[in-house]
Amino acid sequence: MATIQRNMSLTGDVSDHLNPLQKTGTIIGFGGLVILMYSLFGDIEDKALWLTIALIALAGGILLFSKGLYNDKLKGIKNHGVWFKSISSRGFWGWLAGITLTGFYVILYFYEGLLGANPDGNTGLIALFDPLSKFLSGNPASQWFVYGTLYTVAILAFGIKFIWKYKHNRYEQLRTISVMFFQTAFAFIIPELMARLNSDSFSLPYNDLKNMWPLNYYAFDGWRVDQFINAGNIGLAFLIFGILSVFVISPFLTYKYGKRWYCSWVCGCGGLAETAGDSFRQLSDKSMFAWKVERWVIHSVLAFSVVMTTAVISTYLGYDSEKYWLTKDIFLISVAVFLGLLFAVIWYFKKEELKKDARYGAIGYLVIVLALIGIHYFSGTQNNKVFIFESGDLRSFYGFLIGSIFSGVIGTGFYPLLGNRVWCRMGCPMAGILGLQQRLFSKFRITTNGGQCISCGNCSTYCEMGIDVRSYAQKGENIVRASCVGCGICSAVCPRGVLKLENGPQKGRINPTEVLLGNDVDLMDLVNKS
Amino acid sequence: MEHIVIIGNGISGVTAARHIRKLSNKKITIVSSETDYFFSRTALMYVYMGHMKFEHTQPYEKWFWKKNKIDLKKGYVKSIESKNKLLHFSNGETLSYDKLIIATGSKPNKFGWPGQDLDGVMGMYHKQDLENLEKYAPNNKVCKRGVIVGGGLIGIELAEMLSSRDIPVTFLVRESSFWNGVLPEGESAMINRHIKNHHIDLRLGANLKEIKADENGKAKSVVIAETGEEIACDVVGLTAGVSPNIDFIKGSKIETGRGVKVNRYLETNITDIYAIGDCAEQYESIDQRRPIEAVWYTGRMMGETVARTICGNRIPYNPGHWFNSAKFFDIEYQTYGWVFSKPRENEAHFHWIHKDDTKCITVCYDTNTNKFLGINTFGIRMRHEVFNTWLNEERDVDFVMKNLSKANFDPEFFKHYETDIFNAFKNNLITT
Ligand SMILES: Cc1cc2nc3c(=O)[nH]c(=O)nc-3n(C[C@H](O)[C@H](O)[C@H](O)COP(=O)(O)OP(=O)(O)OC[C@H]3O[C@@H](n4cnc5c(N)ncnc54)[C@H](O)[C@@H]3O)c2cc1C
Ligand code: SF4
Ligand code: SF4
Repeated sequence: MATIQRNMSLTGDVSDHLNPLQKTGTIIGFGGLVILMYSLFGDIEDKALWLTIALIALAGGILLFSKGLYNDKLKGIKNHGVWFKSISSRGFWGWLAGITLTGFYVILYFYEGLLGANPDGNTGLIALFDPLSKFLSGNPASQWFVYGTLYTVAILAFGIKFIWKYKHNRYEQLRTISVMFFQTAFAFIIPELMARLNSDSFSLPYNDLKNMWPLNYYAFDGWRVDQFINAGNIGLAFLIFGILSVFVISPFLTYKYGKRWYCSWVCGCGGLAETAGDSFRQLSDKSMFAWKVERWVIHSVLAFSVVMTTAVISTYLGYDSEKYWLTKDIFLISVAVFLGLLFAVIWYFKKEELKKDARYGAIGYLVIVLALIGIHYFSGTQNNKVFIFESGDLRSFYGFLIGSIFSGVIGTGFYPLLGNRVWCRMGCPMAGILGLQQRLFSKFRITTNGGQCISCGNCSTYCEMGIDVRSYAQKGENIVRASCVGCGICSAVCPRGVLKLENGPQKGRINPTEVLLGNDVDLMDLVNKS
Repeated sequence: MEHIVIIGNGISGVTAARHIRKLSNKKITIVSSETDYFFSRTALMYVYMGHMKFEHTQPYEKWFWKKNKIDLKKGYVKSIESKNKLLHFSNGETLSYDKLIIATGSKPNKFGWPGQDLDGVMGMYHKQDLENLEKYAPNNKVCKRGVIVGGGLIGIELAEMLSSRDIPVTFLVRESSFWNGVLPEGESAMINRHIKNHHIDLRLGANLKEIKADENGKAKSVVIAETGEEIACDVVGLTAGVSPNIDFIKGSKIETGRGVKVNRYLETNITDIYAIGDCAEQYESIDQRRPIEAVWYTGRMMGETVARTICGNRIPYNPGHWFNSAKFFDIEYQTYGWVFSKPRENEAHFHWIHKDDTKCITVCYDTNTNKFLGINTFGIRMRHEVFNTWLNEERDVDFVMKNLSKANFDPEFFKHYETDIFNAFKNNLITT
């Protein structure tokens, strides 16, 4: 029944069902793309003008399309035909979009020359963006500027589409406005403007304040730290803020609100996933197997990023020791002590909350990380070798595998194939840390409304993190999962009002039940308490 | 090892099986003629509307059954030979049991309308109905209009389904207002308006006279009894309620009325045979419930209960406070406790409706004692647990109205209406 083809066109249903406004939107949007494509090959004279036209066409096209889609609809859930449309059900258009996006990321990361990055001055697409870049930062554009601009335009335009779609749901609207703001201001405009402050005697690294370690895996690279230190008080302030974010601010906010404060309200990756990626959320894999894979992969990436960062920092502390007040040895010992203590505390207080394989995993990772640090400690300062690798190699390998391939090519390129949060679910070390915090000591949970669940499956289907929400809801249990980014969509699509994201006391947060609310009071007490 | 056989893999049968497995090591077999695996019947509409694929309606992955040693057997039980504890299947096979649970659910009502068995005429209960609908109403080119007969919860879902594919719908409702046998007037009227806002041709007080066939034996039109009007259509949905699906039991020794008769322990008149869910009929109704309760939650609660009896801890089915929920197009509905369509003796209703016409509540209370009896809520989600507690504690209506915000279950940042409601409630008291 899943393969109902309701018209004769090869590409499925889409073209047939677009109304005039949607068609106009599509044409205008593609017009914008054509201009960008043209700039790759042809030389455009009035760059500022054409860039403006292209960006407006892109955004305007998306907005017109959305207006056509939602404007005359009553408030409510808008999922009609999601599994019939070829773009959102891994059909022809889905695959085409996936391949195109993946191709774009491969070029962006590895063949930027094709986009017009040139040692002797920009050409092509990148040159088209020069006017905007010069206007903001005073410098010519780079491929990252092009990417950042398109990224921001996508979040803004698709964000408005999303707000339209959820016109009955203020939670969805507010968090979308929030990611739109953080992307535009913090990730895009402020860093560009700050670049204006740079001169020969003063220079700050490109700094997106909200992009913290370990998502920002180069946050504590030597050159960045040096630049911060050399930039005097401001630089130092940024550096301290970066460290505080990791160790104080983010655990505190996660304690109060769950990891959603970051993943669904602030983060740029999350922002793109929730807006441009919204049409693909139902494609995430909900199987138990996928959950197992997820736990292993994401925690491996986390362990990898801890090792890599430790290695990188200890290396420059090692050969530049007179420059820093911290020495390599002290640093390594403190990392080891910190991890050991952290582990001990969790083990002591929260052992019950970790599943069996999670406990084995945690011990395993701790042993590996400590062993590596130990080897490194004893390997002396004479060479840069960490364990057996050069720390620089480790760092580039991480950058290549995790930073580029995972977060970009797979994470975003595969939206139409694997869902919009593959990266957030499987790969992001930041999500890994916040997830542990959320699972172990947060006030956040998704409350299940007594016995009201009818096991329909809407919540699980639309959970972008592949959480089988229904498996908890139908047992009357609250959902307390490390991976939940608090997008709130499960709650929005539930036709029976069963789910509510909320922050509350720890007591009763995890509430396994056997007999559900609504049945015999004595029986429930008897069974659920014993 | 004792062999428990369950006929029916719906929510009742599956819940019973899961709980028996938790409590014991007995051999369990679930029989069904409908599908290989348990699926959520309540989600059928979402498959047709394209929100989900059929797989998504299955709450357990395939490995679940093997892991929990619950055998699944596909087949239609033709008769039960209780003397020899034997089931006969339509293909001639047999299966013996030590204990039998009948959980065969319901089937759509048909009231002997002329043409009710034509092609293109269907109920909306089984997976096969969905497949039928897919065949006769794949889009608005093949199906120029659908007519729905019967204004209940399934009827309105079918209306939403067809209109999701832009198929024009005529909705024949016998009553003078939608579902007003259950809903108080103000609520029912609001839903009437909401249905019309979705461009459904709602015909109140309209009965079906007959369904006419074209030359191929497919439905081509319906005739309305009151007016004689003939409405051309390609699909007719019969959604005038359901009744227990127990025809195959009729010849056996098991006592039946409309459903399979059971006592409070869910036992039939034959030892070792139990009945639960939609198909079970209580000898005496419990509290103010009906003897047959064709709702999801009842099936689940009966499954939870019967499992204990079967595993040696004989306990009666003793449901707590009534609750239920539904969705009418975009408007969610929940109910806790009892609110009848008209206040009964010594009862009064307080009704509040928001001016946007998509939210309202009705609270029922006892006029002598002021005791809170129940609430219907539309467009505002409320907490099951809180109302359950208040009903247990026998709170009075003033307390409930004053503390209504504690029961609010809407997502964060939603607008709250409790102050509005409370003020309206106070004014109401002053004016009456
Ligand atoms: C479209 C729709 C929407 C609904 N929405 C809601 C709702 O929102 N809330 C709510 O509370 N309730 C709702 N209901 C009602 C709810 O689905 C039923 O009360 C519930 O499914 C009954 O479960 P059950 O296990 O008793 O029977 P069923 O789910 O009917 O399962 C019985 C199974 O037994 C099989 N069977 C029957 N006879 C035989 C035989 N002789 N041999 C082999 N197999 C047999 C049947 O084919 C069927 O698969 C809805 C029902 C429908 C149809
Ligand atoms: S469980 Fe709900 S809130 Fe959490 S990620 Fe999934 S859909 Fe979003
Ligand atoms: S969407 Fe709601 S009713 Fe459906 S399975 Fe999820 S929690 Fe239950």
